[in-house]
Amino acid sequence: MSSNAFTIPGVQIDEKSWVDTLHEWVTTVDHKRLGVLYILYALLFLVVAGVEALIIRIQLMFPHSHFVSPQVFNRLFTMHGTTMVFFMGMPILFGFANYLVPLMIGARDMAFPRLNAFSFWLSALGGFLLYFSLVGANGLYGAGNAPDVGWWAYAPLTARAFSPGHSTDYWTLALLVSGFGSIGTAINIIATILCMRCPGMKLSRMPLLAWLNLVMAGMVLLAVSPLTAAQMMLLIDRYLGGHFFDTQAGGSAMLWMHFFWIFGHPEVYVLIIPCFAFMSEIIPVFSRKPIFGYPVMVAATVCIGFVSMSVWAHHMFSVGMNSYANSFFTITTMAVGVPTGIKIFNWLGTMWGGRIQFKVPMLFCIAFLFQFLIAGLTGVMLGSAAFASQLTLSYFVVAHFHYTLVGGVVFGVFAAIYYWYPKITGRMLNETLGKVHFWLFLIGFHLTFDLMHIPGLLGMPRRIYTYEPDRGWDILNLLISVGGFIQAIAVVIFVANLIVSYFKGKKAGNDPWDAWTLEWATSSPPPAYNFASIPLVASRRPLWDLKHPEDPDSRYE
Amino acid sequence: MSAMANSFPQAPATWRLPDRGKVAMASLIIAESAIFTIFVVAYLFYVGKSLTGPTPRELLETPIFYTICLLSSSLTIHFAAKSLTRDRVGAFLGLWVLTIVLGATFMYGTAQEWHRLIYEHGFTISTNLFGTTYYSLVGLHAFHVTAGLLMLLIVAIFGLLGRVGVQHSHRVEVLSMYWHFVDAVWVIVFTVVYVLGR
Amino acid sequence: MKSSTLRFVAQTMLLLLWFAMAVWASEPIDPSPHGTNIFAPASTPAKSISDLSVFVLVITGIIFVVVFTLLVYSVIKFRGRAVDAGREPAQVYGSTQIELAWTIIPILIVIVLFLATARSIHAVQDAPEPAGAIQVTAIGHQYWWEFRYPKLGVVTANELHIPVSESANPVPTFLTLLSADTDHSFWIPELAGKTDLIPNHPNRMWIDPLRTGIFLGQCAQYCGVQHAKMLLRVSVDSPADFAAWVRGQQQPAVQDASVATGRHVFESNACMNCHAVAGTNANGRFGPDLTHLMSRVTIASGAATNTPENLRLWIQDPNAIKPGSLMPAMKLSDSDLEAVVSYMETLR
Repeated sequence: MSSNAFTIPGVQIDEKSWVDTLHEWVTTVDHKRLGVLYILYALLFLVVAGVEALIIRIQLMFPHSHFVSPQVFNRLFTMHGTTMVFFMGMPILFGFANYLVPLMIGARDMAFPRLNAFSFWLSALGGFLLYFSLVGANGLYGAGNAPDVGWWAYAPLTARAFSPGHSTDYWTLALLVSGFGSIGTAINIIATILCMRCPGMKLSRMPLLAWLNLVMAGMVLLAVSPLTAAQMMLLIDRYLGGHFFDTQAGGSAMLWMHFFWIFGHPEVYVLIIPCFAFMSEIIPVFSRKPIFGYPVMVAATVCIGFVSMSVWAHHMFSVGMNSYANSFFTITTMAVGVPTGIKIFNWLGTMWGGRIQFKVPMLFCIAFLFQFLIAGLTGVMLGSAAFASQLTLSYFVVAHFHYTLVGGVVFGVFAAIYYWYPKITGRMLNETLGKVHFWLFLIGFHLTFDLMHIPGLLGMPRRIYTYEPDRGWDILNLLISVGGFIQAIAVVIFVANLIVSYFKGKKAGNDPWDAWTLEWATSSPPPAYNFASIPLVASRRPLWDLKHPEDPDSRYE
Repeated sequence: MSAMANSFPQAPATWRLPDRGKVAMASLIIAESAIFTIFVVAYLFYVGKSLTGPTPRELLETPIFYTICLLSSSLTIHFAAKSLTRDRVGAFLGLWVLTIVLGATFMYGTAQEWHRLIYEHGFTISTNLFGTTYYSLVGLHAFHVTAGLLMLLIVAIFGLLGRVGVQHSHRVEVLSMYWHFVDAVWVIVFTVVYVLGR
Repeated sequence: MKSSTLRFVAQTMLLLLWFAMAVWASEPIDPSPHGTNIFAPASTPAKSISDLSVFVLVITGIIFVVVFTLLVYSVIKFRGRAVDAGREPAQVYGSTQIELAWTIIPILIVIVLFLATARSIHAVQDAPEPAGAIQVTAIGHQYWWEFRYPKLGVVTANELHIPVSESANPVPTFLTLLSADTDHSFWIPELAGKTDLIPNHPNRMWIDPLRTGIFLGQCAQYCGVQHAKMLLRVSVDSPADFAAWVRGQQQPAVQDASVATGRHVFESNACMNCHAVAGTNANGRFGPDLTHLMSRVTIASGAATNTPENLRLWIQDPNAIKPGSLMPAMKLSDSDLEAVVSYMETLR
């Protein structure tokens, strides 16, 4: 990570040893380095959780398979879900927020650099704790055991009686610790965006990435806290003899569900909103047009932020709420689809009339649009309580949320990596390898997750380590698993591209994509201080104004 | 970079942004409020639902005196912070220490109440649903009071050593926001536990 | 081929494949027993849901086709050509009319979908309960189902028998759903949407099956190690068959002197702590009622067919069939094992 410095003649500068470099990285408070640490950490867990998924898919290729035992399978799906949400999704998006927000608002760093570092290391500790359970948690027979209660850890399955040993406690503690890290980062993002914008950058001139990360951070404050509270209650039950979720003492299993999903639903919007931000930055650049309807994009996101806090019980359509509650959550869930749909139309409107360049980041964005459309529509189906009473807890839901999380979040993250890797490292990722990665991953994704809807419609529930051969699910599961392997190959190619391009990639220069936001106004990679002098902006696309002084945006805003 | 500055005719005359200490503390307060809300919801949900054991009516004595102590400490800290902005360090210190004394008195009250409940009535967090929700809600609040008292104490020590001046008034203001939050939470906990829950 | 055209073709082919599979998959696999296809409803609540679902699918399908077409069109029509290099297209910032239109239309669609859904929710959840309905209490256990018919004095496990409900003489079955331990979910896709069994939170659901036959399902809420093997089998019988079944279940256990040894093994080992055999000393509630074990087609909640070999294996070592199930391996000697299996075989 060399900064764009010039050599001072006549001075001997010693080369840094690897110990010094390591020390610098471990003690850094620079938002760019912390951003990279978050992203690398998340990519590591992407691979780990991906391997967990592959083992799950091998077990499910054939009915009555014995590839793994039921105990191991149950730990695998618990770890896969927990890892992907908390130690892949959240960190990678916090990483991009950390890296990009200060650059895009013309600031030198986040509002609280030390809090930033502290939050990262807390999150890292959380991931370590979760995987330490493999070694440390003594299960019934004295060996280490990963948690096996599902990533939602429903009560009373998590009670001492039904989950002896410490595997559940590792789950609880890992998330509690990383939850504090998430809240710290959210506070930092909000303070940075509200208090550190460069002169001229009114809120109405901020890049959409900043706006959407602001909304995301606000949601983290409101959503992660209920999970923190619920986990404290779970620990009180398990260790202090509390009865929060103890059904034998009059406690309520439903209460855990409500608390968990009050976290869980906004959480998935926390995961997707930064990806909406990526779309809103990347699609305009490769369509060569500004984002269509900036004010509505902001309003729609804020709307999603609020409405998504009121939809949580659509995850509970089978638990026996009364018809009024089910109807309420139906209408709110369908309502949140409206601003989401609007955003898809706005991205469409951005491409419309443009001159689309099919560089790799744009390929991932276009795929995102198709996939998020489908995911949104299956979401509408799941939001209809009556329809959902058949679909929920089946592979239809698994297909839906992988469509949003892989087809949405992972594709969005890939787009972001291809787009901003040149800024972060100073080198371009290989375009050919990128296209191979894209097409392979696309084919594998659709083979797996398009087909996966069907076993759900045919009655296959989720979280089962094997299935009966007389239900018509066999061939579908086989093909789904094959798709998983295709995706794995694509990810291997992607990782190879990341590594090879770091050393051999074409030099990127400041602004390889001819883009318009402030991060492209400094070198690649940026110097530690980001900008030589704090910029002064007069429109939403400061670099467009610079490049087109005859027709600046500032004239129209 | 300088080229950019020259291209823009409309430089804003003054560029004022919110204070990041206050924004950060406000965000923290929002997150903490969400945590407390969940514990309050659990408390209210379980009112009257214990299968056995003592009820709130049988056990609880309304802590009026200690509540007055805690709520007045909001007043004293407000005036303490005000004094510091006016560089009246003596007044600031006196009011600040008074705040700590009032907060500590409140904690003593809670400790006394818990001692009575546990040792005289054998009522603990595992007794019944009321026990679980009571001790966790009041306990979570007491934990936040303790954390606040520790922070106030650190400032008091620096103040008594003569190291606190008007240049720290902003940080003191941010800290006092936290203390006001802790008091506001007590208003809610008091209402829920000692008024509504009985 | 250009990148964009290639992706258009790939997307279209994938779409066609998806639709083809959906159509193929919706054929019932095997008429007897029935499949588990939510679009092959055989009961009123399932039918109400299925009709609503088709309506929702049609509307979302139309939305998909419209937006998909627009996306494909824009990707092809507005692709950048080499001749455009260096020139930027018209910089359009937005359009209030268009944005208003694509806000209002989705809101209207949402209202329509909500009203249709609310109607179905109400029809299923708030249905009145006729006097002659069959009452069943289902209790979920790790990892088996307990079924009690309080008005008929019947206790059985894992396989539910209910009468068909003809339109001339509707006899729906109303179930009360309870749980003895963790959360479970009762799901027979062709008979009803799923409803959970949650401890300390009784639920109610109803089925009025319109066809006789065997209907399959399984637990849908992860409940522990053997969640996957908590299978369900519902036998919808003609009224006469149902009455005969009930009569059979109401009898106390068959007393057969030739298996006295086996019965003695059963009652002197820990078996009777968990299991009940009506008319004997065994009245344990932790495990399934075995009074009429031989009237069931499967054992271990569907994990194995009810044959003497499987029964022997199950009693000797339950982990061989269902690893992690809560029945302990009794470690009986071979002769005791034979005797007990013979005893079980008489419990018709």
